[in-house]
Amino acid sequence: MPPPMLVLSEISKVFNRGTQDQKTALDNISLTVNQGDFVTIIGSNGAGKTTLLNIIAGTHNPDTGRITICGDDITRSPEHRMAAYMARVFQNPTTGTAGKMTIEENLCMAELRGCKRRLFRWGVTRHRRQQYQAILKTLDLGLEHRLGEKVGLLSGGQRQSLSLLMTTLIPPKLLILDEHTAALDPKTAAKVMALTDHMIQQNRLTTLMVTHNMHQALRYGNRMIMLHRGRIKLDVSGPEKEQLTVKDVVQKFELSLDDETLLSTHI
Amino acid sequence: MFLLDIIPIALEQGLAYALVALGIALTFRVLAFPDLTVDGSFPLGGAVCARLIVDGMDPALAVCAAVGAGFLAGCATGVLSTRFKINSLLAGILIMTILYSINLRIMGRANIPLLTVATLMTPLESLSVSRYIPVIGFFFIVAATCKLFLDLFLHSEYGLAFRATGDNEQMICSLGMNTDSATIMGLGISNALVALAGALIAQDQGFADVGMGIGLIVAGLASIIIGEAVIKPRTVFRLTLATIIGSILYRFIIALGMRMGLAPTDLKLATGLMVIFALIIPAIKGSKEGKVHLRGV
Repeated sequence: MPPPMLVLSEISKVFNRGTQDQKTALDNISLTVNQGDFVTIIGSNGAGKTTLLNIIAGTHNPDTGRITICGDDITRSPEHRMAAYMARVFQNPTTGTAGKMTIEENLCMAELRGCKRRLFRWGVTRHRRQQYQAILKTLDLGLEHRLGEKVGLLSGGQRQSLSLLMTTLIPPKLLILDEHTAALDPKTAAKVMALTDHMIQQNRLTTLMVTHNMHQALRYGNRMIMLHRGRIKLDVSGPEKEQLTVKDVVQKFELSLDDETLLSTHI
Repeated sequence: MFLLDIIPIALEQGLAYALVALGIALTFRVLAFPDLTVDGSFPLGGAVCARLIVDGMDPALAVCAAVGAGFLAGCATGVLSTRFKINSLLAGILIMTILYSINLRIMGRANIPLLTVATLMTPLESLSVSRYIPVIGFFFIVAATCKLFLDLFLHSEYGLAFRATGDNEQMICSLGMNTDSATIMGLGISNALVALAGALIAQDQGFADVGMGIGLIVAGLASIIIGEAVIKPRTVFRLTLATIIGSILYRFIIALGMRMGLAPTDLKLATGLMVIFALIIPAIKGSKEGKVHLRGV
């Protein structure tokens, strides 16, 4: 059997250790994600969702514990080395794309994710441009005729769709979605989420998706994890997850946590 | 006509200093890194080149050595800023200050005259035509070559990621670019260009001087601002073109000002005011659109 896609063993992270602001963001978390899993991650503000993603993506190093992807130990690898394994879509549409560069240039940079970027090789070649045009056509956003336009001219939804396309241009081993629809209006968010699901299914991507939206977390993916105060409070998958409703989750949460405010107003 | 005879001066100076403006555009505009090393790496280029020529080295090789020295100076600022997290402005000021002593060390004194030795300009000056024509031609070829080199570089696979380092560092880092090395490389290339200008200008004016770089960043910024007012920098190609045109226009304005009675000692005041006005006029008008950007392409 191949090693699991992602293994976190006993990961802890404390911010501002030894000061008054000391905060345990992740408290001894262990998690194994299998090839093809689509895991949704929920939790209230400050539960450690984003820290978890940042630790996996190499933005932060954990204080203790070990992370492996496909058996490779990546615990202390710098962030830019992670690109060979994973692609990430950020919450803010402006974070995932370079606004002052053109659509085709952004796509070219994404195509070279984790690869060597050569000094003596032209970036956007005619061949690449034709490929991008064909791929953008499938998105049906009308972007296939705007390859030479700056990304900064696109709407938030278009930009986020482009970010998504950029992550799947070369399918990553692991796709990380960090509340990537949270900054969009509800209609656009639904569209982008549908596109996300389509791309994940099509490429059979192993995915971690952080979301504030409980409905989204329950509707998509085959596994759901709930974080609270840096610990995994709930981990359901398969049929058990499918039968779960928002009400169940809230009840479960309240039972296990007594008086905690479990989720913010976003339910 | 008094305008006519300042045109060759503006062209010669403008094309020569265009290399400095290109270097500054690469850091300030493309990399969004306010690099102040320039005031030190320009005389560094002149000092290295002048010292080596006087010591008997071939002028072309001396220029190459000057370019290498500039590259290293830029890298030093880059390393301080990325690896050691020193504020980018401070890193530049530190290296600029250090270079002042280094330049004096290299030259052994504050000024090396080059009038009596053979330089790259000697064959140009021995032509029978007016001095301006071959010299302007020479600087035109050098500036055009550097512009072309930058255009190609910024469109290569590496160059795209390099530009993204200035535009959206987080994004290109997540796509696997080591943004620290890109920054160091960019500062190196920028200061190599500036040192090349220092080496060529020292030979053109017939001396290298430890103070020849003072106020050069502001002059370079003024050139970029003027150029971008004439040519909107929508693409890399237009940005580099605007920078060169701006450098010529700036030197033209300066030459015109001097002809109209501006004292040479007031030049830096005038240039500084020019940049300040360009930066504050949009703020006074209250329009966001016309704002002068000094970051990203």
